[in-house]
Amino acid sequence: MNSFFDLHYAEQILPALLRASMYTIFITLIGFAIALVLGLVLAVLRRSPIKPLARTVGFIVEFIRSTPLLIQVYVLFYVLPVYGITMSALTAGTVGIALHYACYTSEVYRAGLNGVARGQWEAACALSLSPWRTYSGVILPQAIRPVIPALGNYLVAMFKDTPVLSAITVVELMQQAKNIGSETFRYLEPITLAGIFFLLISVSFAHLVRRLEYSLRLP
Amino acid sequence: MTVKTDLDIPTPPHADLSVEKPMKRDDPASVLVPQASTQDEPMVRFAGVTKRYGALTVLDALDLEIGRNEKVAIIGPSGSGKSTLLRVLMTLDPLTDGMIEVDGEPLTHMRKNGVLVPASLKHLRRVRSKIGMVFQSFNLFPHMTALANTIEAPMQVLGLSRKEATERARDLLSLVGLEDKCNHYPSQLSGGQQQRVAIARALAMRPKVMLFDEVTSALDPELCGEVLNVIRRLGSEHNLTMLMVTHQMGFAREFADRVCFFSQGKIIEQGPPQQFFSAPRHERTQQFLRAVKEAV
Repeated sequence: MNSFFDLHYAEQILPALLRASMYTIFITLIGFAIALVLGLVLAVLRRSPIKPLARTVGFIVEFIRSTPLLIQVYVLFYVLPVYGITMSALTAGTVGIALHYACYTSEVYRAGLNGVARGQWEAACALSLSPWRTYSGVILPQAIRPVIPALGNYLVAMFKDTPVLSAITVVELMQQAKNIGSETFRYLEPITLAGIFFLLISVSFAHLVRRLEYSLRLP
Repeated sequence: MTVKTDLDIPTPPHADLSVEKPMKRDDPASVLVPQASTQDEPMVRFAGVTKRYGALTVLDALDLEIGRNEKVAIIGPSGSGKSTLLRVLMTLDPLTDGMIEVDGEPLTHMRKNGVLVPASLKHLRRVRSKIGMVFQSFNLFPHMTALANTIEAPMQVLGLSRKEATERARDLLSLVGLEDKCNHYPSQLSGGQQQRVAIARALAMRPKVMLFDEVTSALDPELCGEVLNVIRRLGSEHNLTMLMVTHQMGFAREFADRVCFFSQGKIIEQGPPQQFFSAPRHERTQQFLRAVKEAV
C-alpha cells in the first residue's frame, strides 16, 4: 500500500468532505449562537436576588460542566426517546453541544459581570434607568468587551468538539472522514484532509473573533 | 431595594399622595391644604432614618429637613454616616428603619389603600428621578461619549427624542464648560472634566435635588476649582436643593446655607456657616475643626 499522500484520491473525496465540513460549521454556528444567548441568561439568573433560583441555576451549570459532553448527547439522543422525547441526531447533537457550552460561556459572562465596577450600577440606579436598560445599555457593554477573547476560545473549542456528535450518528466532518476511510481502507487522505479543514476553520474563527474584539475596542 | 419596617407610620394629614388618582377639588384633603403650602413644606425630610450594617449603626434615628433650594453642607469625620445619608436618599442602600419624603411624597414607602407600605421598584424609580447624584469616583459610563452619557437617561427614562435629549445635553455640557468635548470618551477627559460631565448627566434629568458626594476628593487640587465653580454657578443660577458631603471647609463656608456636622450617625451640631465655623458649640465639632485647620 502506498504510504505517500495520493493527490488523485484526495481530489475524489474532497467534495464529500467539504459538504461534511459545512455541516460542522453549521452545527458550530447555531450551537454557539444558542450558547451565547443561553449562557448570558444563566449568568444573569445566577446573580438573581431570588436565592433559590440563583442556587438552582448554579447547580445546573456546575452539573453540566462536570459531566462529559459525550454522555450528555447520549442522553439526549438515546435516553430521552424512552420518555417520548425524540429528536433527530442533528437536533440532539446541536442542542447538546449548545447546552454544554452555554454553561462554559455563562462562567465567562459571570467573570465579566463581576468585573464591572459597583459605581456603574449605582450611577445607573441614580439615573433611574430600568433594570433592563441597566443591563443592556450600561452593564453588558462593559462586561462583554473584555471577555470576547475568552468567548472566542470557547467558539473554537466547541468547533473542535463537534466530532463527539459522530457518536450519535451525526455525519459531520470527522464522521465523514471515518466513513470514507472504512469504505476504501485508506485513512491517510481523509483524516489528513479533515485535520487541515479543522485547522483552517479554527484559524478563521480565531481571526474573526480578534477582528471583532479590535473593532469594539474603546479609545 | 424595598424597605421592611414594622412601624405604623402616621399619615401626614396634608398630602394626598396616591399616584393613581389626582387630587379632587371636593376631596376634604385638598380643602385642608391650600396649594401654596407645598412651597413651605421641606423638599427632603428624613424621619427617624436608621441604617445598620450588622451591629454597626451608621445612621441613628436621624431627623432632618431640608428646605426648597436650600444648600446644605454635610461635614464630619470618616465613618460618621455622611455618605450613607446621601446613599439612602438616592436609594442605593435600603433603610433599616424610618422613612424619607421627597417633595412631599414618601420615597421609601408608598400609599396603598391609605396605609404606607414599602415602596415598589416602580415607585422608587419614579420618586428618585427627582434626585440627581454626583459621585466621588465620577462613575461615567466608559463606553459612551460625554454626549451619550448625558442623553442616556433622558431618552430611556423621560422618553425624550434623540433630538430633544441632544439639545438638552449640549446646553448642559456648555453650562459646565465642555461644549467642545461632546464626542470625547471619559478616558479622553481629565478628572475635573469627567466630574463636570457627571454633573451635566445628573442635571439632564431635571432633578429638584442634587446630591454631591465628596465630588472633589478624587481630583488634583488644581482641578477642584473648575468643579466647584460649576457647583457655584448651579447654586446661584438654578433652583436646586443641594446636599453636599465635603471636606472643603472653605467651600462649605462660602457656599452653604447650613452646615451639618455628623458624628457617629447623628447630627451633633448644625447652623449657618458663619456661626458654625467661627463659634462651634459642641466639643466634638471644635476638635474636628481644629484638626482640619492643622492639616491645612
